[in-house]
Amino acid sequence: MLRATIKSLLARKLRLVLSGLAVLLGVMFVSGSFVLTDALGRSFDNMFSSAMAETDVLVTARPAIDVSEMEGESVPGTLAAADRDAVAAVPGVAEVVADVQADGARVIGKDGKVVASFGPPRFGANWTGETGGLELREGRGPAAADEIAINVTLAELSKLKVGDRVGVLTTQPKKMFTLVGIFGYEGGLPGQGPVHEVRFTEAVAQELMLGAPGAYTSLSVTAAPGTDPAALRDAIQSRLGDRYTVQTGQEAGAAIAGEFKTILSLFNNILLGFAGVALFVGTFLILNTFSIIVAQRTRELALSRALGASRRQVIGSVMVEALAIGLLASVLGLAAGVGVGALLAKFAADFSSIVLASISVPLAAVISAFAVGIGVTVIAALLPAVRASRVPPVAALQEVATPDRPLTRLTVSGAVIGALGAGAIAFGLATTGDAVMWLLLGGVLATFIGVSLLSPVLARPVVSVLGRLFSWSVPGRLGRLNSGRNPRRTAITAAALMVGVALITGVNTTISSADNSLRGDAETGFQADLIISGQESPGVLPTFDEALLPRMRAVPGIGTVTARYADQAMVGEQPNWAAAFTDLPAVVRDLSVVTVAGTLDQPGPGEVVVDDQNAAEAGVAVGGTVTVKLPKGEPTTYRVSGVYQRTPFLGGYLFGTGVVPGMRFPQPSLAYVRLADGADADAARQGLEALLVDSPEMLVEDKQQYLDRVLGEGAQLLLMIQILLGLAIVIAVLGVINTLALSVLERTRELGLLRAIGLSRAATMRMITVEAVVITVFGVLLGVAVGVGLGAAVVQGLADEGLKTLTVPWNAIALYLAAGVALGVLAAALPAIRASRINILTAIAHD
Amino acid sequence: MTTAAPPLIRQRVEPAAARASQLWKVYGSGEAQVTALRGVDVELERGRFTAIMGPSGSGKSTLMHCLAGLDAVSRGQVFVGDTEVTGLNDAGLTRLRREKIGFIFQQFNLLPTLTAQENILLPLAIAGRKPDQQWFRTVIDTVGLGDRLGHRPSQLSGGQQQRVACARALVSRPEVVFADEPTGNLDSRSGAEVLGFLRRSVTEYGQTIVMVTHDAVAASYADRVVFLADGQIVAELTGPTPERVLDTLKSLDRPAPLETEL
Repeated sequence: MLRATIKSLLARKLRLVLSGLAVLLGVMFVSGSFVLTDALGRSFDNMFSSAMAETDVLVTARPAIDVSEMEGESVPGTLAAADRDAVAAVPGVAEVVADVQADGARVIGKDGKVVASFGPPRFGANWTGETGGLELREGRGPAAADEIAINVTLAELSKLKVGDRVGVLTTQPKKMFTLVGIFGYEGGLPGQGPVHEVRFTEAVAQELMLGAPGAYTSLSVTAAPGTDPAALRDAIQSRLGDRYTVQTGQEAGAAIAGEFKTILSLFNNILLGFAGVALFVGTFLILNTFSIIVAQRTRELALSRALGASRRQVIGSVMVEALAIGLLASVLGLAAGVGVGALLAKFAADFSSIVLASISVPLAAVISAFAVGIGVTVIAALLPAVRASRVPPVAALQEVATPDRPLTRLTVSGAVIGALGAGAIAFGLATTGDAVMWLLLGGVLATFIGVSLLSPVLARPVVSVLGRLFSWSVPGRLGRLNSGRNPRRTAITAAALMVGVALITGVNTTISSADNSLRGDAETGFQADLIISGQESPGVLPTFDEALLPRMRAVPGIGTVTARYADQAMVGEQPNWAAAFTDLPAVVRDLSVVTVAGTLDQPGPGEVVVDDQNAAEAGVAVGGTVTVKLPKGEPTTYRVSGVYQRTPFLGGYLFGTGVVPGMRFPQPSLAYVRLADGADADAARQGLEALLVDSPEMLVEDKQQYLDRVLGEGAQLLLMIQILLGLAIVIAVLGVINTLALSVLERTRELGLLRAIGLSRAATMRMITVEAVVITVFGVLLGVAVGVGLGAAVVQGLADEGLKTLTVPWNAIALYLAAGVALGVLAAALPAIRASRINILTAIAHD
Repeated sequence: MTTAAPPLIRQRVEPAAARASQLWKVYGSGEAQVTALRGVDVELERGRFTAIMGPSGSGKSTLMHCLAGLDAVSRGQVFVGDTEVTGLNDAGLTRLRREKIGFIFQQFNLLPTLTAQENILLPLAIAGRKPDQQWFRTVIDTVGLGDRLGHRPSQLSGGQQQRVACARALVSRPEVVFADEPTGNLDSRSGAEVLGFLRRSVTEYGQTIVMVTHDAVAASYADRVVFLADGQIVAELTGPTPERVLDTLKSLDRPAPLETEL
């Protein structure tokens, strides 16, 4: 039996190659993600441990605002000069270097714009000489208050040279410096990873980066020869008390690398999620292939049954075939995954200028490659195998006439599973807690399976309607009839395409709804004529000089300018957002803010205004109190003087301007501008822009521009998701090619006949193409329907978050349909060429 | 000889429906080379029913395939009407099949997705021509399928399917209909129906038909029988009866001097 299996395996190479390819691509995705994140993870390890190589013990203050890397940016606390002296006095300490380092030093390039960073921090720090692996490459270290040195990474990006006058933005408005030195790190590195670094003299760094004279962010301690770092750590800890975190250099390096690795593992999980979608789609393809193989081998299987093979042996023969494909695809997929992962890791390392650790194949990659590759193939083949075992021996003697089995059972189970899926989604959106994620995932999965089971029933009417579009020509009509011939096969092929399209459509529907709800809110609520703001990035809030405010108000045509200062704050034990406005009543008017309780007058000292959701979460009402700690301030108790309704444009704890000195960036980060009646908007705007010449990050935008920019991030997210779901679509297209290639093979005689009675080659190709297009468009339609449904569910579930209206992205859907047609044409190309080249004589004689 | 009209005279009056001259067909090359046709000269007169017979491997099917432009010839010329088939490219051959040739195969003649009527009209639809309603009715009545036009092939018996195939071959009034063992898969009664229908279309409507068969009874429906052996025409009969066809076939089995009845 095994030999017969292997022989029949080799006899159907093309089909197996196609289904194997689907598994291979999925496995490649899975193992590639593991290899990539493993290599990057070890690179981070190396980077941070080498950065800490000369540090025996590191002392840091507990963060002022403690949030994980994933939630936002934690705000470091500070140490005082007295702490440094105390540490220096601990026996066994050879040397203490006091560091000042904070994110947010932005250098203005020669083009007058801020040198952009795509994520990595832009540190401003104090010059501590050539310590910690730092090496001067050019010039010298800063010695005067108006001198800086920058790292090679930043020098290369900005094209700045020693001797240039450079503008730097910090927590303070732009200041001018002379660039006196360019430095790198041991091993010829341009920087510690992709970070930008600006080094000031100590006093300037403390003033500009921390806003606190005499404060430090960490102490790097070198132990005296013969002193154990761990013992020294304990000695320092007992000396300083537990206000500070004291770690050995190794521990500190591992801790920082650990933060990055948490993000990497999240990233890995996202990649694996997309790989899962691709494999799910691949399952459809394999299921389809095996169903067809079993159908084609009916007589062969019946013969083996007649010759005495048991049911178990028949199942075994199909399963061995699946196992062989799964194994081969896993091996090749793993190899391809290692290649792709290594390539991506190298690309990522080059892009972010980190030193790439050696590529290795983590055990997780190997295990998951085989588990997933073989598992998916075997599970997908199980159903066809059982069906094969039910072939009666007598079928060997009969003409192969497999009447269409009724679809009733399929339809009922599809409806039940689909309904369960929809129920799970609805329940998941209505509840909260840990189960939500699983309910939603399971619900979406069940919905996909349910709709897939329903699709054969839908195939007939939909295909018939779709086909009418092509029925004006004979090849078109024949193609339509062919696609309706085997509704199961058409349906499962289309269902594979549905999955990817549904996810894309669902995300798009959600994003467009959010987009439109926000625009709708802005339409009615947003009364400001101009907004002054900048693109926020983690750890940096672009600001402008508050001294400009009176001059802005004096620009002809300007009515009011209301500035906002903002920062993170700890409210009780929870991180939250704090803001202060120069004139809260003006904001209430500009943004049509609704009062829920109390008054929304400008909060006085000791007063705070809070939005309704935060009030509910914190359990406070007007007259109640909250304790708020700003990064540079001490915990202070405020009385709630008013509660307002949260809007997409305004939320969080609002104070008077008295709290501003407690913020890291004590300058306005945003301002709402109302024009005077009959003012020349363009002139007013130019006037504002002229004033903001030293704040190149700040933009003066009207409502429309502001919204477009803020909402542009959603479009980027959508693009990313579409790219990552691309593989699922590619696999679905492989499925279409597979189905068509089979159709061509099965209908060789028909094709010969048609050619004999005068169908031209071109018309033959058109016929196959129409069949393909009908399948792909059916798939896209299914996907769009399911996707809009999913999107609607999410919008419904997020109604509390301000998603008021469901917006169906019709333009995008039209685009998806067009893409479906294009994919159909693409998928049809090879099978169509093959069909048109059929030799009429051999086709007619074909058995 | 009992034949009424002397064919040689008619041939001079109008060109043959199909004609081959010095036709050679060689398969393979080197050691494995097989010569299927060795310099065949044959003319198939317009308005007549010609049968091609011969033992297996005699080249009878190859001859028909070459005449119909389904197979490329190695040497020689083939004409259908006044069109030279040899040398046509695929587009030319496609046009030829559309406009001048009808086919009936031994089996699998119909598209399972189409009804009988759609199958019959398919060649016209492919060519983008309107059917001649009166002729269509005539053909349908002749094959006796009037009440089965809406059925799909799977709902028809083998004989009915083959009659649909005949109607399809005739409905476009081709220059010549090539039939490759059209009764090979049918029982004798259904076969007789199909052959009777082919005979009538020749007698009553002047259709030209060329049929390959190995069945003496089927051949006896023809006006003329051409015998092939070893890739050459070795005998001809006009006005055949099953007995005379069988006699001729027997005589071909033993090597004998070339018999000609003309």
